[in-house]
Amino acid sequence: MSDNLSPKEEARNTRYAEYVNAVSPQNNARKSIFHSFWIGGLTCSIAQAVGDLYAIFMPQLSKDMIASLTSMTIIAIAILFTGLGFFDAIARVGGAGSFLPITGFANAMASASMEFKTEGLIMGTSVKLFSVVGPVVVNGIVWSTVAGIARYLIGVI
Amino acid sequence: MSVTLVHKSETNCNFAKNSTTIPNNNLRQSGRQTMVFENQPKVIGKMSIVGQKEGKGPMGQYFDKVLTDDKQGEKCFENSEIRMLTDAVKGATASAKLQIKDVNLLLSGDLLNQITSSSYVARNLGIPYIGVYSACSTMTACLAMGAALVNSGYCQTVACSTASHFATAERQFRYPLEYGCQRPPYAQWTVTGAGCSILSSQGNGPRITMATIGKVIDFGTNDLNNMGAAMAPAAMDTMLALFKENSLSPADFDLIITGDLGKLGSDILRDLMREQGYGLGRNYIDCGNMMYYNEQNCYQGGSGAACSASVFNSYILDKMEKGEYSKVAYLATGALMSTQSCYQGETIPCISHAVVIER
Amino acid sequence: MAQKEILTYLIVFVSGGLLCALAEILIIKTKLTPARILVIFLIGGIILETVGLYKPLYKLCESGVSIPIVGFGASLAKGAINLAQEVGWIGAFAGGLKQTAYGIGAAVVASYLVTLLFSPKSK
Repeated sequence: MSDNLSPKEEARNTRYAEYVNAVSPQNNARKSIFHSFWIGGLTCSIAQAVGDLYAIFMPQLSKDMIASLTSMTIIAIAILFTGLGFFDAIARVGGAGSFLPITGFANAMASASMEFKTEGLIMGTSVKLFSVVGPVVVNGIVWSTVAGIARYLIGVI
Repeated sequence: MSVTLVHKSETNCNFAKNSTTIPNNNLRQSGRQTMVFENQPKVIGKMSIVGQKEGKGPMGQYFDKVLTDDKQGEKCFENSEIRMLTDAVKGATASAKLQIKDVNLLLSGDLLNQITSSSYVARNLGIPYIGVYSACSTMTACLAMGAALVNSGYCQTVACSTASHFATAERQFRYPLEYGCQRPPYAQWTVTGAGCSILSSQGNGPRITMATIGKVIDFGTNDLNNMGAAMAPAAMDTMLALFKENSLSPADFDLIITGDLGKLGSDILRDLMREQGYGLGRNYIDCGNMMYYNEQNCYQGGSGAACSASVFNSYILDKMEKGEYSKVAYLATGALMSTQSCYQGETIPCISHAVVIER
Repeated sequence: MAQKEILTYLIVFVSGGLLCALAEILIIKTKLTPARILVIFLIGGIILETVGLYKPLYKLCESGVSIPIVGFGASLAKGAINLAQEVGWIGAFAGGLKQTAYGIGAAVVASYLVTLLFSPKSK
């Protein structure tokens, strides 16, 4: 955003932006929302089934542990799909249906990890592992800490 | 006299015929963008290489070489790009019946940081080299500079080349290859390929008669996925300069080609030019638009430096040699942003350079 | 019994699907990048847990809310809040990571493993 645009140029840019918006093709919104819906829903249902199976076969485990095991399993499957190279094909159809569930988190981490393998496991993979999921991890830690302290303070008062 | 810069009012039409008779006293008119080459450097050699996907596209049969494996057995895609570009320069030199050591200068560029691919190619070939970065318009930038150097007599033979690779560009500008993300329908697909032209004052071949150096044009777009819309105004600006300064019109050309505007971008360019009073008819095509079939899921078509370079060095020059086209205007367009500049809130500056090739 | 389970799965499918559809609508309407949308939903989960709304929601939807990134946010917040109650305010710094360490650990190790085994392919 350069500040030295003349009013004439700004008017031209605004007009051009409106024109581009009008002529650029848009995704078929209904279709992509529908695909997000069923792929997202299916992912959650599969996770639910995995959790139920763990509960049946390992009844000694606590509920928390089963939840952790379930996410670990789903993460492992998503990462395996990424490695085999067909996660991105699912994601192209699924959109938010594949990146909003924990599968998207796993894919983002694994894809960055694989991509930078060519720079070496230390300077490539290890450095860039969080390059795509960084925003989620950082914001998660910061804001959960804030939440923990806030609830603690409310409790003290 | 080397480069002939011509006063606007001195010319009326069909410039190439008149170019040698232009009086020398009007040579340096300030603000003029078009260089007219009175010695008309010739394109005596060419080579195009593309990846697998491009080979399956509509232009597939015209390319000199289609890769069967985009990695070519190298350990990374960057090395594959270097190999592709090396092969293109060597192949073009061979097709001109020259040896690498006969080339006076290599002008080359690519899309990677610090244009490393080109520099490594120059290291491997051991010839004088100047790296050129003009994003996807690198091919015409090289051709314009190469033609000027050959025309002036400082160089006899100049190799102009460029390359791009889907996998390396993806990592540079977007996300990891296996990262699952949706692209909007107005996105484009980076072409894997390389192209090289050999310009010389000797020999036979299509002649470069003019080159118009573009200005950086920014119409304030900031959508990194919508490159066609960002670059179309730059193509318009350079095309207008080419037409107006030389009193030309679209009808004077057998073919007008743009680099990688894609389907959307070329439609926008038609609209923009119509607004300026120039109708681009059936003799206008866009290389990005021609690169893939609809079923290949490449959205608006190809992009990248190799997009127009590979089509120009195969289809276009072949057809010119066969005599199907005798006067072609070639405008490649490039977007000059970086990923940082866009996250810093800058808009996308774009450029387009034009060269006119005549048979 | 079977009927109850079918209902549970139906709720899981619909609630998970709706969350994803909502994210897709945000992408289409606002041109936000996926990273920003993930952060928005993540913070949404943290807020839900902090105000105590996540637990009843989870009772109803189960995997439908815990598998989308909302659940990850809620786990982080749950861990931070619980450990802060247990050991004092300092617990807030470790609780979130402690709660989600299984998932993050699995993701890092599995990513490293597939990196050793596979290379990305040009599309």
